[in-house]
Amino acid sequence: MSDHEYTPKSKFGKWFNDRLPLLTLANHLTDYPTPKNLNYWWTFGGILTFCLITQIVTGLVLAMHYIAHADMAFDSVEHIMRDVNYGWLIRYIHANGASMFFLAVYIHIFRSLFYGSYKAPREIIWIIGIIIYLLMMAAAFLGYVLPWGQMSFWGATVITNLFSAIPLVGEGIVTWLWGGYSVDNPTLTRFFTLHYLIPFLILGLVVLHIWALHVPGNNNPVGIDIKKPSKDTVPFHPYIVIKDGFALLMFMIVFAFFVFYTPNILGHADNYIEANPLVTPAHIVPEWYLLPFYAILRSVPDKLLGVIAMLSAILILAALPWLDSSKIRSAVFRPLYKQFYWILVADVLILGYVGAMPAEGLYLLVARVATAYYFLHFLVILPVLGWKEKTLPIPLSITEPILGGSPNLATAKNKESLNN
Amino acid sequence: MKNFLKIFSLIILFSSISLSTQAAEKVEYLKTDWSFKGLFGKFDRASLQRGYQVYTEVCSSCHSMKYLSYRNLAEKGGPEFSEAEAKAIAASYEVKDGPNADGEMFTRPGKLSDKFVMPYDNVQAAQAANGGAYPPDMSVLVKARGGGVDYIYSLLQGYEDPPAGVTLDDGVYYNKYMYGNKIKMANQLSDGLVEYSDGTRATVEQMSKDVTTFLMWSAEPHLESRHQMGFKAILYLIILTILVYFSMKKIWSRVETEI
Repeated sequence: MSDHEYTPKSKFGKWFNDRLPLLTLANHLTDYPTPKNLNYWWTFGGILTFCLITQIVTGLVLAMHYIAHADMAFDSVEHIMRDVNYGWLIRYIHANGASMFFLAVYIHIFRSLFYGSYKAPREIIWIIGIIIYLLMMAAAFLGYVLPWGQMSFWGATVITNLFSAIPLVGEGIVTWLWGGYSVDNPTLTRFFTLHYLIPFLILGLVVLHIWALHVPGNNNPVGIDIKKPSKDTVPFHPYIVIKDGFALLMFMIVFAFFVFYTPNILGHADNYIEANPLVTPAHIVPEWYLLPFYAILRSVPDKLLGVIAMLSAILILAALPWLDSSKIRSAVFRPLYKQFYWILVADVLILGYVGAMPAEGLYLLVARVATAYYFLHFLVILPVLGWKEKTLPIPLSITEPILGGSPNLATAKNKESLNN
Repeated sequence: MKNFLKIFSLIILFSSISLSTQAAEKVEYLKTDWSFKGLFGKFDRASLQRGYQVYTEVCSSCHSMKYLSYRNLAEKGGPEFSEAEAKAIAASYEVKDGPNADGEMFTRPGKLSDKFVMPYDNVQAAQAANGGAYPPDMSVLVKARGGGVDYIYSLLQGYEDPPAGVTLDDGVYYNKYMYGNKIKMANQLSDGLVEYSDGTRATVEQMSKDVTTFLMWSAEPHLESRHQMGFKAILYLIILTILVYFSMKKIWSRVETEI
């Protein structure tokens, strides 16, 4: 937190602040010393906050017009699209907003992976982030069910059926989740309730995420600890605010393009067919952002093991701070890790691609290899790299690599050899 | 800034991949130029009115349009019939209403606020009349099919004799654009089937295009205002982004670092 004590100037401000230190908080947020070398990959935190608020606001309006009933849900969505003033705009922002949210969160997560932002002392920030990500997936899945189209219904059936893989109690759990013996009205109403609840849980966790971030401060592209405040930092306002604002505007242009010109491209056409329990769609596919995990699920022949593999693929991320044994944070100074990082990125993209394809033949083979590699990366490559890799010398401060030819270079090398 | 362009191009790449995977594994559909595509895309008003005529005279005997009301026909961005025309269209249908004060159901001429009258009372009746196949509701049909307008446009012209070796059951027809090539709807369009009041020649191609345009509007009645608003919104965002970029440059010029 800020090192200096803050006293409001006005008498009322002081009176208020003594009772509820909101002004101290505001002062901390504006003064918050931020590394000055943060690149644009760091702007996605702000973009994600924007996404969350957008989803909550548009979602509130949609909930005013939506009817959570198996016979009326589809009609009420069409009512929103046709008769509610700007209902089409609100719904398209909400539907595409989910995709934009995931696009941003994936960039945010992969930024963290590249620059080692999950390492000590930021493990708690990272773990809260993983919980947020899990809740986002839950919210997205539940939300996709609400329009009660074919993909909603069959997606819900497939995903809830995963719980039946649990030995002994599986079937009972599925019936309990459904509120009956198939996906039906009770399922829809509870999904709606939970879909409404989760964003507020996420909001709470985001506050914790930022709070935990403000204790050690931001990591940075060089990945070294910096003194705060110092010549390596700038106050959050106006420097980071304006930069985040600029990046957010660019992001909004892409967002707007989807909303106004290709609003349905990221969805599945079958979801404009009303849910019909008697007709199964030819291919049941989840939304694009869940495809890598869907590929992992299907690559394992056994249902229970498939579910375990899929869950582990996400939960393994929570153990990442302890799996990665390297003391050096930024991949900039880890030549080998950098290569493995890009292989992992490619691996996840491949998983996403095969997740969208039918699970047969070559696709299945590729999915299996990619799944195996995914776990290999986290369970073997990362721990081994930490003590095998010859890292590059890290600079002592942010200013140093920028100014170049610093007399501190020798000291930096010494420090680096100590680290090894 | 360089880094930023990298991110931006990555996002563009992502979107183009998502666009191209959508297009993958599709049959080559017949192409025509749709007036409603593109940044300023608008419906061809005359085509919408002709399309409505094809719908009423051909499709509507089996296919419902349950989300459309007669008032929509006079609304901005649609076929834009005059209110009097739309009223006359509505009045030409008998609508079941009630119960009245005596508890009786009764029929009356349609009003602007009425939904399009359905050809069948329920799904079962529709199936019974069509050999077990349910003629889908057409309100959002264009959005409910992978190929969208191109698919519908092609399907209507895709009827041909089955290739050797393909046997068809009674009431099943061969269509080269249909998923699995077997369709329970017979070829409905033939040259000169309807008589357009504006003198346009009613070829199969023309009718397919008109009715598909009409279906696009019925699925996306606010498409025109969406395009107009989108252009303004994006233009506004671009101008704002440029302004914010220069303020950012100015603010960061106090710090010796690249942004």
